Order: sequence, then structure tokens, then C-alpha cells
Amino acid sequence: MSRITEAFANRKAFIAFITGGDPDLETTEKLIPAMARAGADLIEIGIPFSDPVAEGTVIQEADQRALESGCTTDKLFDAVRRIRQKTAVPLLFMTYLNPVYTYGKDRFMSRCTQCGIDGIIVPDLPYEEKDELAGVCEGHGVDLISMIAPTSADRISLIAKEAKGFIYCVSSLGVTGVRSEITTDTGQMVQKVREVTNVPCAIGFGIATPEQAGSMARLADGVIVGSAIVRLVAKFGRDCVEPVSEYIRNMKKGMEATVK
Amino acid sequence: MKKGRFGDYGGQYIPETLMKAVQELEEAYEFFKNDPDFQNELGNLLKKYAGRPSLLYYAEKMTRDLGGARLYLKREDLNHTGSHKINNVLGQALLAKRMGKTRVIAETGAGQHGVATATAAALMDLECEIFMGKEDTERQALNVFRMQLLGAKVHPVTSGTMTLKDAVNETMREWTTRMADTHYVLGSVMGPHPFPTIVRDFQSVISKEIKEQLLETEGKLPDAVIACVGGGSNAIGAFYEFIGEPTVKLIGCEAAGLGTDTPKNAATIANGTVGVFHGMKSYFCQNEYGQIAPVYSISAGLDYPGIGPEHAQLFDTGRAQYVPVTDGEAVSAFAYLSRTEGIIPAVESAHAVAYTMKLAPTMAGDQIIVVNLSGRGDKDVAAIARYKGVSLNE
Repeated sequence: MSRITEAFANRKAFIAFITGGDPDLETTEKLIPAMARAGADLIEIGIPFSDPVAEGTVIQEADQRALESGCTTDKLFDAVRRIRQKTAVPLLFMTYLNPVYTYGKDRFMSRCTQCGIDGIIVPDLPYEEKDELAGVCEGHGVDLISMIAPTSADRISLIAKEAKGFIYCVSSLGVTGVRSEITTDTGQMVQKVREVTNVPCAIGFGIATPEQAGSMARLADGVIVGSAIVRLVAKFGRDCVEPVSEYIRNMKKGMEATVK
Repeated sequence: MKKGRFGDYGGQYIPETLMKAVQELEEAYEFFKNDPDFQNELGNLLKKYAGRPSLLYYAEKMTRDLGGARLYLKREDLNHTGSHKINNVLGQALLAKRMGKTRVIAETGAGQHGVATATAAALMDLECEIFMGKEDTERQALNVFRMQLLGAKVHPVTSGTMTLKDAVNETMREWTTRMADTHYVLGSVMGPHPFPTIVRDFQSVISKEIKEQLLETEGKLPDAVIACVGGGSNAIGAFYEFIGEPTVKLIGCEAAGLGTDTPKNAATIANGTVGVFHGMKSYFCQNEYGQIAPVYSISAGLDYPGIGPEHAQLFDTGRAQYVPVTDGEAVSAFAYLSRTEGIIPAVESAHAVAYTMKLAPTMAGDQIIVVNLSGRGDKDVAAIARYKGVSLNE
């Protein structure tokens, strides 16, 4: 069992996302251990990209801020290596394929292993193109996370059968961002996954409130929250560590209250 | 070889949410491309609505003046809406109708593709929304108003560099949000499979006609075909029938902006490296970390950091050659063609004219060059005046 899968054992996992280097890497280095202390069970670190096609405006702007602050893939790797000294929480990269491809796939994954990255989420790498990274990820012991979407239908079992780490269930059509309501039948998506695999399912896209986190946690093994956290980073800048920690504690409470 | 690949290039690098939409599209296209009713209807539209076949014009004065190869201009500028874009758009809009879609969305750079899409949408009663970089809405204000006249809603895109690549990002985001009733009319031979194939097939009418027309007037094939390349749809359209004819040189002209040795250019083959972006593997202008470069060209239609995957393959195999042409060279060619032949070309097409002016004198008098004049220059008159420092009081 990978470190990622273990994070789901005996509990509903809360997965928190931030963009690496937003507003700067020093803040990222302080923020991630604090998020783990506040209860985040896994942490996704976005590698900032010039053209994040699957993101809504909140994360687009975070990527822009991070790139403007001078964050590069190499600097982010160095920061992660230092973060790894301070926390054992499973860490994942969320990145578009191009930064990995141009860095050199093998070189990228070997640095992931050196720095203590456990998994990687690549939103522009669907099942059909998975071979681009699956072999090299496996070779370096990095879990390549699979995504399923409200439009996946028959593709769910195909994708789930080969999934590693956990399965990222996209709750809604469209791009990342806070939503007042999630209308997709995510419960049914999770059911379809469970028919073919024991790999845990986490639901993401649009989740912002403790109530939403609670109701999604009832349906799945974990919830993923991105834009709502990134919004706090945008608002508080370098002083975001405490407000983000407080937010995570509240979200965890919301999940625990519903699950009990 | 995997589906939708040109060598190693192409593919379907898109979010899972969109996979259903592109698979549906592929299925529909595979069916309708062999459907005689569909082909008849499209043929009729091209002939009776778009005005095809477009002329293959012998540019006698230019030939005499430059000395060397005989020059022919493929007059895509004479098509309805003023460019080659209508060929692809009529095909895709018809396909969207057959698929039961009621709404189309599209990106646009110079506005030519947006105008063509808005036109087809008006004709076929489809709702239409166009995404255009804010900077381009300013450079091409007239085209924005044309689209609105045609009933389309135009969204100025304010993310990133506010040009064509950002317009593509935003249209993809919109499509991810709403696929059930919406078709994305992609404007070039780029994006995820099956778009590069669909757009190439619809544009290949250009080279089919060139071949027939030239065989009729000259009794032989051209020695060179020259076209400008942004994403590369007019170029692939002009090349396609000749790819299997090794005596025909295929030359794509990239936008070198202020020069390939400056950061202000959009010459993907000259300066780019292989990467994955906008759903495809191909060449892109990018930095060492895979961040897409903010490219530049005087021509909004060539101001794009990538190139279609089939061009990437044609370049790698040496079947086609790609040459950089600067803003200055394009502007000179724009003026030259206007004065010499009385034809004002789109500033995009002027890039192809510029290279022709260099190449023609080096060739023999019995050799033939066909230049794809992909669009007309009315839309660029104000920008050219600005470039030359002339103030227009409209």
C-alpha cells in the first residue's frame, strides 16, 4: 500500500491544495507543515503554469502570482525537500503535463522521489494518454492519480481498474472553483468505482464549506479543497498561515460531525 | 501508431471531463465524412454560399517585376467572409447541426475565424459565442462589431497575454462547462484529436482546387506552394494534396515579429521545442520549465505559440520547410502586393507574399510558385497605418 492509500485508512481524508510559490516559496514552506498540523491528511502542491486550462480564475491568479514571484520547478523541488524534513504528510504535485515533459519525465520523477513527493495529478493526461507517464511514475514509486468526471460514464470502470493511490472524482462540469451547489450524482460515480477497485475515492471541485465537505465525505473516502484555500492565500498573502490552518480545522470538524 | 497521431505528435491531452465530447465528435465525423448527404450539403454551401472554387490568379505583373518563377495566387481572400476560415467553419457548423448541437463557441485571433463562425451560426440558426483576447479586440475592433452584427456574443479574454492562446484557453474552459448542447468550432489544425484531422480535411479543398486549376492552365504541378503558418490551417489546406508529390516544395512562413533573435516573435519552428499544450504534442515557444512564452506578431492571426501537429511531423521528416518572416518584411509585402496587383492581402498572408518575393527571383522562368492568399487585408488597414505612423480620422 502506498503512503497515499494509507492516508485513507480508518478515516475520511481531507486533501488540501495550494499553489506552490504563492505568494512566495517562503510562505509555502511555512504553510504546508502548518496545514498538516491543522489536520490536512494529504497536501496537493500546484506547480504554477502559464496556461492552466482546467482552472478557474482563483487558481489561475495564484499561478500568475507564483510565477511573478520567481517560482520555478527547480526552486519548488528544493522547497519541497526542506518541507519534507518537517512533515510526514503525503505530498502530491498537481501539474499540467508540459512542465513535466519539458523538464524530462525521468529526471522529473527522480527528483520527486528525492524530495519526498508521493504522487502526481496531471489534469491534462486522460486515460488514453496515460502511458506518457505511467511507466516512469511506476519506476520511481510515484503514484499517478487518475481522475474521473461527471461525463466519464462507461469510462469509470476502465479508469478505476488501473488507478493508483486514490481516485480524484471531479464533482462538476467546468473548471476548478467554489460552487454554491453540487448537482452531479457523485454518490453514483463512487459506487461505480467501488464495483471494480478498493482504491479510495476523493471528491473535488467546488467544495468550500464544512457542510459541503461533510456531505461529500459521507459519499466518498475523502474530499479535496483547492480554490477556497487559495482564496485565503490571496486575501492574507504572507500572513495566510493562521487563517488557512483555522479554515482546515473547521472543515475537518464539518467532516467529522457528518460522518459520526 | 496511436489514434490521432502524426508521428509522435498530436494526441488528446485534455481533462477527463472533455473526453466524452471529443469522442462523440470523432464518432460523428467518422460517420458523416462518408455520408453522401452530408458531403452534398457541404459541397453546395461551399459553392453557392462561400463562392468556391476560389480563383487561381496568375500574377503576371508580380512575375515580371520579380523575375523568375511564374507566380499564382490562390484567392482565398475572395471567399465569403474574406478568408479560408469559412471552409472549415461551414464543415464544422454542419457537423454540429447533425450532432444535434444548438450552440457553437470559438476562439479567434485576428477575428477572421470568429467572423466566419458567427456567419455560419447565423446561417444555420446556431447560438454563437466568441472568445477573443482583449488585446486583439482592440487591434481588430471592426471584426468585433462584425461578429456582433452577425448575432454573436463576443467575450474579451483578460487572462494571460490577452491574445490568441488565452482565447483558446478560455474557449476550452467554456466547453468543459457546457458540452451537451455546445460544439467547439476550433479554428485551426490544432488542439486534441480529432480537430487537427477534421480541420485539415475541410481545408484540403484548397489544394484540391489548386491541383485541378493548375493542371488545367499549366498542365503541371507547382514547384513550390507557400503559405503563412500560425496554427497552420490555411497552410495544411494548401499543402495537403501535394504531400505525396515529392517534386512540390512546401513552404510555411512563420511570424518572426521583430526578429527570431528577439523575444518578440511567434516563430514556433525556428525557436520552439517539443511540448504538450492545448491538447496536443507539438512544437511550442516556451521556456526551459515548459512555461508557454508570451509571443508577438503584428498579425493577430499568427500570434500563437504553437503549431499544428501535422506541421511538426512535416518539419521533422523534412517534407515541408518553415521560414521566419518579420513584421517589417510582411508590411513591405502588404504594400507591394497592393500596388503591384491591386490586391490588399491580410497581414497574415503578406508573410507568405514576403517570402515569395525572396524566392521567386532565384527560380527559373518555367517554374511555378503558388502562394496561398489566405485572407483579405481590409481588417488590417488601420493597423498598417498605425505601423507606418499614419493617423486615420475615421
